[in-house]
Amino acid sequence: MIGSGLSTPDAAAPRPAEPAIALEEVDKSFGANQVLSRINLSVAAHEVICLIGASGSGKSTLLRCVNLLERIDAGRIVLLGQDVTGPAVDANMVRRHVGIVFQSYNLFPHMTVLRNVTLAPMKALAMPRAQAEEAAAELLVRFGLADKRSEYPDRLSGGQQQRVAIVRALAMQPQVMLLDEVTSALDPELVAEVLDVIRELAQGGMTMLIATHEMGFARDVASRVCFLEEGRIIEEAPPAELFTNPRDDRTRRFLRRIVDAGRM
Amino acid sequence: MLSPGVSAGTPGAGFQPAGRGPRLLSGGGRRATAISTLSTLVVLAALVAIFLAAPGSSQVRHTFFDPHDMWQSFIGNPKKGYYSVGAAIWLNIRMFLAAEVLILLLALLIALVRQSTSAVLFPLRVLAMVYVDFFRGVPLLLVVYAIGFGIPALRLSFVSTQSYAVYGVVALTLSYSAYVSEVYRAGLNSVHQSQVAAARSLGLTQSTALRYVILPQAIRNIIPPLLNDFISLQKDTALVGVLGAIEANQAAQIYGSTVFNYSSLTVAAILFLILTIPLARFTDRLIDRDRRRRLAGAVR
Repeated sequence: MIGSGLSTPDAAAPRPAEPAIALEEVDKSFGANQVLSRINLSVAAHEVICLIGASGSGKSTLLRCVNLLERIDAGRIVLLGQDVTGPAVDANMVRRHVGIVFQSYNLFPHMTVLRNVTLAPMKALAMPRAQAEEAAAELLVRFGLADKRSEYPDRLSGGQQQRVAIVRALAMQPQVMLLDEVTSALDPELVAEVLDVIRELAQGGMTMLIATHEMGFARDVASRVCFLEEGRIIEEAPPAELFTNPRDDRTRRFLRRIVDAGRM
Repeated sequence: MLSPGVSAGTPGAGFQPAGRGPRLLSGGGRRATAISTLSTLVVLAALVAIFLAAPGSSQVRHTFFDPHDMWQSFIGNPKKGYYSVGAAIWLNIRMFLAAEVLILLLALLIALVRQSTSAVLFPLRVLAMVYVDFFRGVPLLLVVYAIGFGIPALRLSFVSTQSYAVYGVVALTLSYSAYVSEVYRAGLNSVHQSQVAAARSLGLTQSTALRYVILPQAIRNIIPPLLNDFISLQKDTALVGVLGAIEANQAAQIYGSTVFNYSSLTVAAILFLILTIPLARFTDRLIDRDRRRRLAGAVR
């Protein structure tokens, strides 16, 4: 069960010794396909961890497991001191504290920007409409979307849609944010505006677990970078170390391919 | 003698200029409008010519299109033993409206049960599947008979003493819910799984996600097939006449067998058309408005 640790914001601030997210020996497979094997990862409060690796290396699945969108087969995930992988855990309670942003935005196309942002606070937290709209308006202003509040998602650029998706997740006041390749679907000229938003979040002390293909960004913003291959964490190090002096051959090969492709 | 007129008005050739694009009369300006109007008139004139020139034309005109009989059947005359078709159509409308609401609810329930994944609901899922298979397979007319004559025969205190119109609504609801539940199911499947993930990841419960995120999109996607089923439902209210309920079709037949003139059937047909055509145009407008609003990002 999720106890007081996740349900009241005051108690939820993790003690220094306690990681915000801890994955212990996590296994996940889809049928015969082992997607994650024996993942161990610990994210401290206010830390930003970037997950890098080829498509299919398990980055997205790892994030979806933390959010309980996927059930893990073995191991444990501890969020803010609470084991969230037990059978009796209320996934909805967990998700209210963990924001996730997807590669393809996944905004609700039949709702205006404002309604996209206020829906979850109003329906999941029973926040009064006026209060939810005020909070949403504040966030939209902060991320340069004030004039888009009455638009429908179809009318926004990819970068704007992704920023709305980030605002939508932030409106739940999550303690942890999971970002799943949030710039991969964007036109190159729109990537920067989204990355700037994430940088701002990092500076504000948001705990984040980020799957990304943007190596320059990972180098800038990450406290630590994890390289994944075939569902395993091959190497985990501060970005300065991992990008300039990778220890593992597989990391070196991956980074060389990235450099050869002109992506770094 | 008639062949020139017919060939000039062949729809394939005559309608092409107007047939481009999604709208009936799209683009092309005045010239296109003039051509399409002209070709429509030519086709109509040809059809009328065939009708008037047919050997039995005058008999058919007298039996089915007699203005006097049309009017008499429309207003009715209880003293002469026939009902007003114009008044009887109200029963069709009432049955349609009642059945429509019930169908929308029952069909949604069936669709949701069939889409459920929980193990506990397995027996209900089987039941829903059997239900849909059964009522899609049995002709509506038989369902109308079974309910309309079967239930009164049970002589239960409340259930067996309803009017034929009520049994008709029950039969229509049972039969149409099976079809409409499949339409709902298609709609639910048309909403991408990522929308479910997005809603659930925000901490919304399954039912909240369904209500605010999945269903609105699903229903938007199925409005055309749904309205199509309802147009069909409007007409099928006529089947309840077999029980003896005085709806438009039954009233028209009574007129026919009393006066030996079937212009009353034409009246009933016209009345059904007056009901269904606005529904079709209304559907078009809804779809159009929704598309425009989303593209234009209008302010609410």
